[in-house]
Amino acid sequence: MISDMRRNVLTAALAALTLLCAGFFGHPARAEIEVDVNRGDVQPLPIAVPAMSGGQIGAQIAQVITSNLESSGLFRPIDPNAFIERDLNVTIQPRFPDWKAINAQALINGAVVDEGGRLRVDFRLWDVFSEQQLLGLQFTASPENWRRIAHKISDAVYERLTGEKGYFDTRVAFVAESGTRTKRVTRLAIMDQDGANPTYLTDGGFIVMTPRFSPTSQELTYTELRPEGSSIYLLNLETARREKLGQFGGMTFSPRFSPDGSRVAFSAERGGNSDIFVMNLHSRGSSRLTADPAIDTSPSFSPDGNQIVFNSDRGGSPQLYIMGADGASPRRISFGQGRYTTPVWSPTGEFIAFTKQVGGAFHIGVMRPDGSGERILTTSYLDEGPTWAPNGRVLMFFRETSGGAPRLWTVDVTGRILRPSARQGSGSDPAWSPLLN
Amino acid sequence: MAITSFSTKDGLKITAAALAVLALAACQTNRKPTLSPTAPTPTAPTVPAPPNPTTPPPVSLGPIPGSTQDFVINVGDRVYFDFDSFDIRADAQPILEAQAGWLQRYSGVQIRIEGNADERGTREYNLALGARRANSVRDFLVSRGVSAARISTASYGKEQPIDGGTSEEAYQRNRNAHTALTAGAR
Repeated sequence: MISDMRRNVLTAALAALTLLCAGFFGHPARAEIEVDVNRGDVQPLPIAVPAMSGGQIGAQIAQVITSNLESSGLFRPIDPNAFIERDLNVTIQPRFPDWKAINAQALINGAVVDEGGRLRVDFRLWDVFSEQQLLGLQFTASPENWRRIAHKISDAVYERLTGEKGYFDTRVAFVAESGTRTKRVTRLAIMDQDGANPTYLTDGGFIVMTPRFSPTSQELTYTELRPEGSSIYLLNLETARREKLGQFGGMTFSPRFSPDGSRVAFSAERGGNSDIFVMNLHSRGSSRLTADPAIDTSPSFSPDGNQIVFNSDRGGSPQLYIMGADGASPRRISFGQGRYTTPVWSPTGEFIAFTKQVGGAFHIGVMRPDGSGERILTTSYLDEGPTWAPNGRVLMFFRETSGGAPRLWTVDVTGRILRPSARQGSGSDPAWSPLLN
Repeated sequence: MAITSFSTKDGLKITAAALAVLALAACQTNRKPTLSPTAPTPTAPTVPAPPNPTTPPPVSLGPIPGSTQDFVINVGDRVYFDFDSFDIRADAQPILEAQAGWLQRYSGVQIRIEGNADERGTREYNLALGARRANSVRDFLVSRGVSAARISTASYGKEQPIDGGTSEEAYQRNRNAHTALTAGAR
């Protein structure tokens, strides 16, 4: 039992807590448990996530948290049938021996309260073996946003136990595909990171490709293919306003925002030659960054916005190059065997992810920006188009079996945790949003 | 009454008549072994008489000259490329020469050259590769006297394969440049 004093502190603290507030007892106590995201051979942490009190929605929130943590590969949620203590009360300390007995190292409990038409969720994260509370947070939201509360709790737990930011309260834009391989229908779509709430953004009249999020998450840029060629567009997700970006007298494709959202880098083709340009979204002026007879495409900014990694076959086969954001001093960084395409700089700046084609197979891989430390994470008939979760720990990409429809997959940066996305149905060209606000 | 009128004598008459027909048929079969029993009689020819060579046929059976069908069937609207290459191959040259000749004969026709790539590459790179292929064909046609003003180009990358298979033959078919007649064809 916790003391009256602790209970009073707890009540006062809960009242003061808002979205993403600090831990309950001042600075977080040194946890006995932690998850090392950098180790490739880490054993997933056993965690218990019983249904929260407060009826159906409390159970649903616990389910979403469970599935989020499980999907990371870093946690092993314990089967609720094994639980000994039932009907936990969020204001009372759990019976730790009951949780030690089933080898739960961490425990999440919580309560959902209807507060005049808004949901208030109080939750705690416990270190079972040291009997310490690691987190005590409160979230409020309108009832239809209950999944986002579950995602925010998942993010808080992930961050507390791994030391890395979470990535669960995010969305993924992608291309939903239907029809046959020679008569594909593609629609721009968006879903929650866990596959929930899929929504179509275009009607399938034209082929769409390669959506990318702005840093605000409220805007996409993408490529649309019409009979006369491809063009790049901006799409505002709040207003549904769509705008073609510029007239360049040839095809434009491969757009990607700068980290501050003020610019879009892209490829423009003239006379069969593709070069990289950058457009200032305020002035709408654009400037050329490469002028090489080779194919230059797939630009991606470094997180500080000062450099761009891109794909070029100026050396005879497609390889990765880095240049200044003004186009200065391009230099090759990929030197392995095979063809390297679709470079994407990680949000932390630590890695560049890419698609690699060698010996009839496709791979997703990562390397450091200086080209060192190349690591192949996946292998299949066709793996393509990696996109980073905002914490730089997980990649989503699409995979096609020979003759099959593309599906979305995730892999962590160690390559150990590879799994299909929860999305049912086909998808390609994923783009992971930043963390939502 | 019906039963009494169906006499044995009548039956014999019917049989004799049938035998006579069979005998006649057998004689005809012996004379014209290539004709089946249901074939028309020799007085009705099975094929039309060949037209008089000095008289043009009243109706053409081929595509209308100057039409898209004429271009596709008699010239060829697609040429193929090697993997990750945009060089005009030797087997593509006669087709493109014929395209240039046809386009000079039908000078009101506008074309769009559409470059395509196989699925063994990534989307963005293959869009750029398709543009190179379209431009190679464009340059060839211009070098053979087709006005550049009549030609537009586009790339569909690996997005619109003509063969959904995953064999090397399918990949080869999907590495192509297609010449589409966009205006002026009959």
